[in-house]
Amino acid sequence: MRRIIISLAAIGGIALGGGWLATAPGSVSQGALAGLSGDPLAGEAVFWAAGCASCHAASGAQGDARLVLAGGQRFASDFGTFVAPNISMHPEQGIGGWTERQFITALQHGASPDGQHYYPAFPYTAYRLAEPQDLVDLWAFWQTLPAADLPSQPHDLGFPFSIRRAVGVWNILNLQDDFTITGDLTETQARGRYLAEALAHCAECHTPRDALGGLDRTRWMAGAPNPSGSGTIPALTPDKLTWSEAEIAAYLNDGFTPDFDSAGGSMVSVIANLAMLPETDRLALAAYLKALPPVGD
Amino acid sequence: MKTRSTFAAIAAIAGIAITTTATFAQDVPAAVGARQGQFKIMALNVGVLGNMARGNTEYDAGQASAAAANLVALSMLDQSFHWPEGTDNMSIDGTRALPAIWENLPEFVMKWEAFGAAATGLAAEAGNGLDALRAAIGPVGGTCGACHDAYRAPQ
Repeated sequence: MRRIIISLAAIGGIALGGGWLATAPGSVSQGALAGLSGDPLAGEAVFWAAGCASCHAASGAQGDARLVLAGGQRFASDFGTFVAPNISMHPEQGIGGWTERQFITALQHGASPDGQHYYPAFPYTAYRLAEPQDLVDLWAFWQTLPAADLPSQPHDLGFPFSIRRAVGVWNILNLQDDFTITGDLTETQARGRYLAEALAHCAECHTPRDALGGLDRTRWMAGAPNPSGSGTIPALTPDKLTWSEAEIAAYLNDGFTPDFDSAGGSMVSVIANLAMLPETDRLALAAYLKALPPVGD
Repeated sequence: MKTRSTFAAIAAIAGIAITTTATFAQDVPAAVGARQGQFKIMALNVGVLGNMARGNTEYDAGQASAAAANLVALSMLDQSFHWPEGTDNMSIDGTRALPAIWENLPEFVMKWEAFGAAATGLAAEAGNGLDALRAAIGPVGGTCGACHDAYRAPQ
């Protein structure tokens, strides 16, 4: 822990020196969105695939309550506790006053409208890989969501993690513009990869992290300690997850394992999201998981 | 399994107290074994229905009704003796029951009752065709998930 603090302080020092510009948050150019218009119906599918409600709706919310993105859920980590903010359409407490470009800058660059870094508990690292059209559709769907007036609460982070600018250094180390799984994929596997890596951000829980909290891409989906308590998040690689593709797709729809145990923990909410997608998408996710390289022990 | 039970029997005859170790997964308090057993019966019967709903097995009205009736019967088991204090996963090995159960007992009981209500709804529909079964099994799965979301640790 001490070593982490010293190295973070060191990179913080670099950031204060020559790296100040390099650690500034990026933004989406106006040109990148030119000519795109949003379809709220398509955006709803993106909304469920991207799992927004799992963190930003109230804990345990069901049905229409999952569309109320008032925030407030707390996420323990090695760096402190993150609190999901209000991202409902409320103009003051939420993001109802944002422009489409500000919304997509947040999703793909992890930056707020006033140029502050978000913490990577928010998976902009994944959404960065999303197609602009999907995010424009998502924003169109967002306009149909309710406003909630619950004020966002501050994160509870210790020094030096409380320095937002240091996230700029973290971004230099961890942001990437390519998928992790490369090589020849079938159309179905590629769709599954897009869903898993760009939208559903499965790796955020299922891939282990390094000392600074970056994903260890050499052990992609190899399973990881549960950040919020006891137990482990299971591996999804084909040497570990031996269910058939049909069984995986069925689990992602009805929440039952092949022997009809039921999903637990955060996966309950994930399945509530994925059950809203067409069956072909769940099968695509299953095909992608089967294409992962085995990680061994 | 055979060797294991033989060993257990011999140990018992010899009057040797077997201390609880990870090697003997069955060496959990009786209440924990009992509640895990009831969930195994639940999974078996949900499986009969779930496999029909998924199209893995052919729909059979009689079997569907019987499995759903078993779920209702399970839901009526009084849970008073299955969840003694000190049987959470922080206190003992061999369970995934979170301490939160005992911190929120009334809510936990409500979730058990919600399972009963959903199972009763399923029992009313399970014999009325595959579509009726499919519509009524969703809420049962929802009650499984709602409780496991809050009260069961990952593996």
